[in-house]
Amino acid sequence: MNQSVFYLLSFMTVLFALLVVFSKNPIHSALYMVLTFFTITCHYVLLNAQFLAIVNFIVYMGAIMVLILFAMMFLNLGKDTEPQKPVLLKFAAVIAAGLLLVTIFAALKKTDGGQITGIASNNIGLVKELGKTLFRDFLLPFEIISILLLSAMVGAVLLAKRDTK
Amino acid sequence: MESNFLPSDYFPIVLQLLAAIGFVGLTMLATHLVGPKRKTKDKLETFECGIEQQGDARAPISIKYFLVAILFVLFDVEVIFMYPWAVNFREMGMQGLMEMFVFIGLLLAGFVYIIKKGALDWE
Repeated sequence: MNQSVFYLLSFMTVLFALLVVFSKNPIHSALYMVLTFFTITCHYVLLNAQFLAIVNFIVYMGAIMVLILFAMMFLNLGKDTEPQKPVLLKFAAVIAAGLLLVTIFAALKKTDGGQITGIASNNIGLVKELGKTLFRDFLLPFEIISILLLSAMVGAVLLAKRDTK
Repeated sequence: MESNFLPSDYFPIVLQLLAAIGFVGLTMLATHLVGPKRKTKDKLETFECGIEQQGDARAPISIKYFLVAILFVLFDVEVIFMYPWAVNFREMGMQGLMEMFVFIGLLLAGFVYIIKKGALDWE
């Protein structure tokens, strides 16, 4: 039962991810990306990682997608204004993507058969257990996150705000 | 909360999701099938509060909207971290409260910076 759900979800994830790449309309791409994120959320639920599932649902499906749609609205998408790339550039892109594929393939080949070790209990992904770990063992990284968010705030304001002086 | 959670506990949510999507789909299908259709040129035109429409919706928008959106995302991420904290609130006691105060304090400094800089003013 669990396995068949996993295969169905994996199939949908890959399908929607391919649709993101292949659809011509960028807004459609973004909407397919929402569906991809949703299937990934379902994967987290299957792995019993409930906190990650919620974060993926709220932050990625909600907030990040809003940002992507906003970013699209900055671009002038009215007509097909995208210029044709020169052949040399296409050639370079194919080589770069091929190299990436080789690297990913080599990295995957080096991992040994998907043996997962070191998981203490089945409940580690639940919100309560995760909170205990986060606020005891990983306290410093947690506090540093706030500094990261602070710098992101300052950076966004500096980039987007025109100085009135 | 000692019991083991299983992914199959989410089955009711899946059922609810299916029911919601099914209802929307059925309603849309039913209205399409039941309602009469008399299409005229005026009816198919985009309705814009009675004012004649001008241009299309694909014009580039101001960066100010993006600034609001990205600030929303940052505070959204902040609130996400309060979720495992709130669940463990009683157990962690004073120490947990202090940890969260440091976290919130740094982000509050960012909020003060945003307000002082006038980043949310719409001029």
